[in-house]
Amino acid sequence: MSAIPEELRYTKTHEWLRMMEDGHVEIGITEHAQDMMGDMVFVELPEVGTAVSTGEDCAVVESVKAASDVYAPVGGEIVEVNSELADAPETINQDPYQRGWLFRLRPADPAETGKLLDSAGYERVVAAES
Amino acid sequence: MNQKTPLFELHQQTGAKIVPFGGWDMPLHYGSQVEEHHKVRRDAGMFDVSHMARVDLHGKGVRQFLRCLVANNVDKLTVSGKALYSCMLNVRGGVIDDLIIYFLRDDWFRLVVNAATRDKDLAWIEDQAKQAHEVEIEPRPDLAMIAVQGPNGRDKTCVALGDAVKGATADLKPFSAVEINDYFIARTGYTGEDGFEILLPNERAPDVWRALQRAGVAPCGLGARDTLRLEAGMNLYGADMDDDTTPLESGLTWTVAWEPKDRDFIGRQALVKQRERGVTRKLVGLLLLDKGVLRSHQQVTCAAGRQGEITSGTFSPTLGRAIAMARVPAEVQIGDSCQIEIRGKRLDAQVVKYPFVRHGKSCLPELRL
Repeated sequence: MSAIPEELRYTKTHEWLRMMEDGHVEIGITEHAQDMMGDMVFVELPEVGTAVSTGEDCAVVESVKAASDVYAPVGGEIVEVNSELADAPETINQDPYQRGWLFRLRPADPAETGKLLDSAGYERVVAAES
Repeated sequence: MNQKTPLFELHQQTGAKIVPFGGWDMPLHYGSQVEEHHKVRRDAGMFDVSHMARVDLHGKGVRQFLRCLVANNVDKLTVSGKALYSCMLNVRGGVIDDLIIYFLRDDWFRLVVNAATRDKDLAWIEDQAKQAHEVEIEPRPDLAMIAVQGPNGRDKTCVALGDAVKGATADLKPFSAVEINDYFIARTGYTGEDGFEILLPNERAPDVWRALQRAGVAPCGLGARDTLRLEAGMNLYGADMDDDTTPLESGLTWTVAWEPKDRDFIGRQALVKQRERGVTRKLVGLLLLDKGVLRSHQQVTCAAGRQGEITSGTFSPTLGRAIAMARVPAEVQIGDSCQIEIRGKRLDAQVVKYPFVRHGKSCLPELRL
């Protein structure tokens, strides 16, 4: 299995979250999630300015195989979306933790990120599934 | 416990993602379904289709039996090796399965039927055979099946299998098969590309698979097989037609042989009645104009509020757009606009003729590449 970056935080539903220097957080789906789904062909992203609550489905990634909801790991306001994915959804397959990010948000409660899984915790989630 | 083909271990070694399909553990892809799709459209790919069931029918009564059993007419088969695509119907005209029938000798025909319907098909065929004379049914689980597809598929197969195969298949016409050494090689497929389907003894399958791979034929999974067949406008049993839909409602009228009128095949009376009354539903192609992906069971709203449903949908790797087959009211016409409901939004689509893609090229005038 591929490495799970230690600096990120994770959810049981296979999103990752990166804390950025400006206080925003960046969100994407994990290597394991993209591998399970296969070739991505379409991404539906939230609109900038939308307020989302924790666990809310706020984006959709579709592979050739299936559509899958993406849930907000923490609540907040969407400040930026990765618009390059519209024409290159396969970036999620190629580079899920960097160029394949989906959206950034301003957390309503920065402490909420502390409730997320660390890499070891997420590794156990993946192991339990396989 | 699912069944495994003779190539299962090889698939695992090649890194295939294995999924259950029709009671079998089959490769979905070997890394990228879309790359495999392109490989078939542009070069050559191969599929393990050993899960499909092969059934030989022997005996002097076989031709007469098949005249009654299937909706297409086996009397079109006069040259040994010639193949025929047909539906096998129930008395209501519903499709029990679609199959390919090969004529080998007057007392020997070979059927290839779908994996998921194998048991149902065999039970039906055996039941019908009780009233027939001199028909012996022989399932052939001893044979594996590899489909090599793509513009370079035939050449690469000849490189892999040698001069004898090259010689024997040089003049092989589409929808025909030839027996050579251990192989039964048919120029058929399910992708819209040229190629072969090779039947061979189970124990020979791994070596042949490896030889094909050395010749540059890429292993492809069921994922690519589905996007390729949908682009090629080929029906999938269980999705685009089933026991409750007739060929006339499924874009398969061309497979029904109405003449001669006295050939009383099973389902004929129901089809004749349906044709006389007028078919109320039909299968059409859809092209999504907006971004998104069409999927089976999505609802289609056509002009005047006419409602239909997608039977097969996907993202077409060749066209870079979402395409689908949908069952809609018969009044709907090619070129009509319609709307598809996806996650609460209504997206614009157009009713189009299918196939969408043949021999690597778009068949849609609006999307000529």
